[in-house]
Amino acid sequence: MNFRKPLLAAAAIAAIAAPAAIAHRQWMLPSSTTVSGTDNWVTVDAAVSNDLFFFDHQPLRAVPAVTQPDGTEGKVENHNVGRFRATFDLHLTQQGTYKVSVLNEGVFGSYMLNGERKMLPRGTTTANLATAIPAGATEVQTAENVSRNEIFITQGAPSNTVFRTSGKGIELVPITHPNDLVTNEPGNFQFLKNGKPGAGLNVTVIPGGIRYRDALHEQVLKTDAEGKVSIKWGQPGMYWVMVNEGGERGEGPGAGGPGGGPRPQGAPGAAPAAPGAAGAAPAPRPMGPMRARVSYITTLEVLAP
Amino acid sequence: MQYRITGLTLAAIGSAGLPAAAGAQTIDLTVTVPQLKVAEYHRPYVAIWLEKEGAAPRTLQVWYDFDGNSKEGAGTKWLRDMRQWWRVVGRGMSFPADGITGATKGAGSHKIALVGGKGATPALAPGNYKLMVEAAREVGGREVVTVPFTWNGSKATTATAKGSAELGAVTISIKR
Repeated sequence: MNFRKPLLAAAAIAAIAAPAAIAHRQWMLPSSTTVSGTDNWVTVDAAVSNDLFFFDHQPLRAVPAVTQPDGTEGKVENHNVGRFRATFDLHLTQQGTYKVSVLNEGVFGSYMLNGERKMLPRGTTTANLATAIPAGATEVQTAENVSRNEIFITQGAPSNTVFRTSGKGIELVPITHPNDLVTNEPGNFQFLKNGKPGAGLNVTVIPGGIRYRDALHEQVLKTDAEGKVSIKWGQPGMYWVMVNEGGERGEGPGAGGPGGGPRPQGAPGAAPAAPGAAGAAPAPRPMGPMRARVSYITTLEVLAP
Repeated sequence: MQYRITGLTLAAIGSAGLPAAAGAQTIDLTVTVPQLKVAEYHRPYVAIWLEKEGAAPRTLQVWYDFDGNSKEGAGTKWLRDMRQWWRVVGRGMSFPADGITGATKGAGSHKIALVGGKGATPALAPGNYKLMVEAAREVGGREVVTVPFTWNGSKATTATAKGSAELGAVTISIKR
């Protein structure tokens, strides 16, 4: 989802630094979110598209991780990547709530080398960042990207073990359980950012079935100081929920280049610190520091009461 | 929906009520499954339960295909289609449930004779109740009928309500 095309022009960085500018929506759509009995199968479509939930653009290729109600790792079965969508199945044998998640994390950014601005290659992580930045690079700017896409499926009564948080990126803490939603009750959730209440996050809520209506019926909400948000539902159905931030402008790991040494985290809106190369004349700066990108996506099924 | 059961904190209906004394409560239910003129008919799954403010809901009857032996657990796969009952109380139960599980029933008026405090049926403490009946039919519709009634502990009472699509008349009569 992150870098579909290599972006070479420095001017383009401003565009990719703004999460709101990412047009296509990534989604997973389960065949059921609430099942009864002791041995069930659920199948999931996973795709990236504009219209929800219509697969007409790209499949979501990553093989998701599964967390079972008892906290152990499960697995997806029959994973298949088609032209427009990926599909996979889940075999549910435990009672409680399962989590299916795709976690993307990496580092993006750029540096100057021999008078040219170069993008960090796709697939750069904190682990291989040092080797991704060549010696002699200046004006290194990096930021972290952590995006999650999660769905929840419950066999029997809902349970909460799969909501243990990792402290990385944006995570959902249920106030209302995501498999216990009905149209006449609001859905209340807390979102954490890097393990702390995510105040002021944007929460975008869009009901599925976009193709068959004129208006998008999008709600854009903001989390409160405790990272909480209350969503009022319209019609029963599947809802796509995306959480992200305008975000403070911090600086990512490795900024300053190899040998540049650790640098203090930039204050919001702070100008970039000096380039790593000693003695270089101050270069003109076409842009501000990059902002870390965190996002969270889920698909929620809301039932009629 | 009034009753969100998030734990086992609430006292179950009846368990903290009157002792199961002599002069047992007779709880008679009549549930009418309507005759439907449809191309493909399957007998509905039906859940019958009691709600009382401040008490955990109690399931009285669930009619489904319980005697199948398919790998998917026969009819339990579709219990969730009685979605209100499932959310209120069903999802916390295991099946088959003694004294509750029953076979699906065809069109007609079905009488169920229960005794409060016996088997799976709670003895009813005095109070305001709702008898809830939910029917969900394969390749058909779904309906919930609510029958409010008050039980003062001694005076015989009868209440009735009528569905419009998937259920006909539903009646409860209590006496002791």
